Amino acid sequence: MIIAKKKPIEEIIGEVENYDRLLILGCNECVTVCEAGGKKEVEILASALRMNFMAKGKEKVIDEKTLERQCDHEYLEEIRANIDKYDAIVSLACGVGVQFAAEKYQTMPLIPGVNTVCLGANEDRGLWTERCQACGSCILARTGGICPVSRCAKRVMNGPCGGSTKGKCEISKDVDCAWQLIVDRLKALNKMDDYEIVAPIKDWSTDRAGGPRKVTREDVKI
Amino acid sequence: MRLKIPANFRIVRLPCTGKVDIIHILRAFEKGVDGAFVVGCMEGDCHYNEGNFRARKRVEQAKVILDKVGVGGERVKMFNLSSGEGPLFAQYAIEMDNKIKELGPSPIRLAKQKKAKTAA
Ligand code: SF4
Ligand code: SF4
Repeated sequence: MIIAKKKPIEEIIGEVENYDRLLILGCNECVTVCEAGGKKEVEILASALRMNFMAKGKEKVIDEKTLERQCDHEYLEEIRANIDKYDAIVSLACGVGVQFAAEKYQTMPLIPGVNTVCLGANEDRGLWTERCQACGSCILARTGGICPVSRCAKRVMNGPCGGSTKGKCEISKDVDCAWQLIVDRLKALNKMDDYEIVAPIKDWSTDRAGGPRKVTREDVKI
Repeated sequence: MRLKIPANFRIVRLPCTGKVDIIHILRAFEKGVDGAFVVGCMEGDCHYNEGNFRARKRVEQAKVILDKVGVGGERVKMFNLSSGEGPLFAQYAIEMDNKIKELGPSPIRLAKQKKAKTAA
């Protein structure tokens, strides 16, 4: 899923200071799971903003709503009927949701309430870690199911590099060396022969280097 | 055991402090309370193992938010005691009462009063 992190309240306060009618818009999917932008975070942010403005003697409308997803026309349409009631929307969805809402409501200022961090897993309670960078041509079959694109600091395709020490990456002793993990897993799979195969040069045109990406499926278009 | 405790606070009973959420604390302040304290069982003695640890984390988070929005994080506090410690409960209530009196009314309550006055 997409991992995001709440923006500091003071940053959001600064952004919304000049608007009088705000909608705090959450998203029920990824950002709910990583506890950054779901219904609960909407309630907390809205309450905090209301108190902040009340303490300053300002009178503002701060409403709350959480959509099933903000990256889908269908759900974003749910706010159309009431959109004129607001001067700005604080969206707690990932960057995708914020942009999609902005595209849909051209004259409505959209303020992001979270920082979108990465594609990752819910590793533990309160711990979300990166697993994929959407490179567009997955090589996990060859690397024991561990991604060197997202998990090796140098994106080395035939690793490890000389900086791998005791299973850790040279950028930090808290970061696992992706290639150590790959070797360990290939051993467990009894597939160390795969490690000997020199990886071909990776086609990065499917990554960000090729510009914004899209997936078109003629077979499902109507 | 008839202990004297301040008469100016209301007790909200919960099955476990693990039920306390940040939003409950924030809503109380939004409604204009001057202070709030959460009283949980002794750490390590929770019937649900970590209810009181969860509560402590949430109180800490509420504190940070209250500080940032200008209400003041020192208005909320977590205490731990065992259910048999009535006198300690009374002591904590008095301690909190004194602390809040020292801090004065919450800016939210003042804003609400001001608004009510101008409306009248
Ligand atoms: S808007 Fe973002 S957070 Fe919400 S469902 Fe879509 S991708 Fe996930
Ligand atoms: S190889 Fe590419 S697609 Fe596969 S997990 Fe890594 S970044 Fe994601």
